[in-house]
Amino acid sequence: MNSQAQIAVVDELAPPGPFREFWNYFCGNRGALIGFGVIVVVLLAALFANFLTPHSPYEQYRDYILTPPAWQDGGLWRFPLGTDEVGRDVLTRLIYGGRLSLFIGMMVVTLSLMLGTLIGLVSGYARGITDTLIMRAMDIIMALPSLLLALAIVTILGPGLINASIAIAVTYLPHYVRITRASVIGETSKDYVIASKVSGAGVFRLIFITILPNCMAPLIVQASLGFSNAILDAAALGFIGLGAQPPSPEWGSMLANALEFIQRAWWVVTFPGLMILVTVLAFNLMGDGLRDALDPKMKL
Amino acid sequence: MVIPTFIGVTLLTFSLIRLIPGDPVELMAGERGVDPVRHAELLAQMGLDKPLLVQYWNYLTGIFQGDLGTSIVTREPVIREFFTLFPATLELSLCAIIIAVAIGLPAGIIAAVRRGKLTDYTVMGLSLTGYSMPIFWWGLLLILLFSVGLGWTPVSGRISAMFWVDEVTGFMVIDAFLSGEPGALTSALSHLILPSIVLATIPLAVIARMTRSSMLEVLREDYVQVARAKGLSMPLVVCIHALRNALIPVITVIGLQVGVLMAGAILTETIFSWPGVGKWMLDSIYRRDYPSVQGGILLIACLVIIVNLTVDILYGVVNPRIRHNR
Repeated sequence: MNSQAQIAVVDELAPPGPFREFWNYFCGNRGALIGFGVIVVVLLAALFANFLTPHSPYEQYRDYILTPPAWQDGGLWRFPLGTDEVGRDVLTRLIYGGRLSLFIGMMVVTLSLMLGTLIGLVSGYARGITDTLIMRAMDIIMALPSLLLALAIVTILGPGLINASIAIAVTYLPHYVRITRASVIGETSKDYVIASKVSGAGVFRLIFITILPNCMAPLIVQASLGFSNAILDAAALGFIGLGAQPPSPEWGSMLANALEFIQRAWWVVTFPGLMILVTVLAFNLMGDGLRDALDPKMKL
Repeated sequence: MVIPTFIGVTLLTFSLIRLIPGDPVELMAGERGVDPVRHAELLAQMGLDKPLLVQYWNYLTGIFQGDLGTSIVTREPVIREFFTLFPATLELSLCAIIIAVAIGLPAGIIAAVRRGKLTDYTVMGLSLTGYSMPIFWWGLLLILLFSVGLGWTPVSGRISAMFWVDEVTGFMVIDAFLSGEPGALTSALSHLILPSIVLATIPLAVIARMTRSSMLEVLREDYVQVARAKGLSMPLVVCIHALRNALIPVITVIGLQVGVLMAGAILTETIFSWPGVGKWMLDSIYRRDYPSVQGGILLIACLVIIVNLTVDILYGVVNPRIRHNR
């Protein structure tokens, strides 16, 4: 019994595990927690959209065109945030729009993270001419304003949600490449990598198993911030008419459709933008929190 | 360093536009279609029938002679179209960056000095909101409030149609002032204010955040502590001792905002019907006006490259430590 008590005491004194330590830091940051909470709500709403709302995002209630929000005169509780120019329920479309925005974010981040990490690893490990060529290519991408490059790529691929995601992913590639390359170069000369090399590890083992895990922290931070940029850019493309196409309830394209009604129906303009702002803000708050928790060096 | 990037950009603009499905002749012909013989003739006229490598070579030599091709829609040289519209974008961007620096710098400094206080949280919260702002929506909200609701500012354009202002500098505000017509300057300014605020939003947020973090770093330095210990007041130490060093990274960040401004200009100009290069680029994309899109991207990229180079050089001027290292 005595020994058990001792063990318990030792456990309490033991340093917290890496996840625990991260969680403690993260929870200390109120903004990050709020951001995380908002994201969870948007995510759950997007996942369970079918159960949350009785309407379909495409169903047009022709008798209820441009109904104001419920609390205004003429509003109906059937349509809490009102209806749009063809009588679709705004709230329903916003909830379903969350699916699209999160999907885009996920797709852009996955694409650019995977490709960028791969290219960065190659560039940082190979050095020499490969490195120079890759970095020059990245400089070119960086020289173009991201929206402009995305516009150009979407023009080639044709408008649409998937193409917009690909275009945005390309514009954010250089960030991941640069981060990975820098950490790879920093890590390659360290003793543990040399030790691994000396003991006969192959190139792939060295790159993916020895070096990569030690470059992850800045990448995770960049990825979470990349999420917000992706959502913002996708909405901008949707707004311009080169992203998601009209009937789909994407927040940016909802705004574009609502433009004509800006004077008559403030709600069709206000709510989609508000959703974009809140979601992007939430991701930025969480990204800041992640940075502080994962990477104290980058702490501002 | 600059030249390979430039060549790369030309390669990119060249190939980007060739990859678009459909060729310009078909586009110009539209629904009507075009007789195959005439089609080939027109292609040959535009030099689009030659091998790609030759087309690229012609393109490259053209660039160095200031020839970026002719717009398919207006038949004007692209470079002339760009530079007729460019002053409008420049005016808007300059005004935006002035707003961003004039508000962002002091806000960042105040937040750093009052670290952990309510002011700090307010400034940081606002700047993160600004940073997360979909500016096309922000523009609409401002129009809704100030133009539609209160009727304070016009909705679109650069100056009221009542005024005919001779173009001297291309900057509407200055031209309006020079014209001496009563009310012209006010009209130009009232057209400029909302788009500038919209375009300034993201750079402002970035500058405020950067200034704060850079200032916090400097305030921790020994020499600042010494200055404080000597009994100098906080505002004096901040303005005289700390600011100069804190500004160094901020200058880089301001330089980096040129790209952000150009991207923002596309959206802002579209919302406010501001006749600048951003709106022109977007219109060209809609019209599939290849040479214009190509030329526009190239010129904007060059602009960004040149500004970044200038910032690098300036960096050495403001930060002597870097010069000594070389």
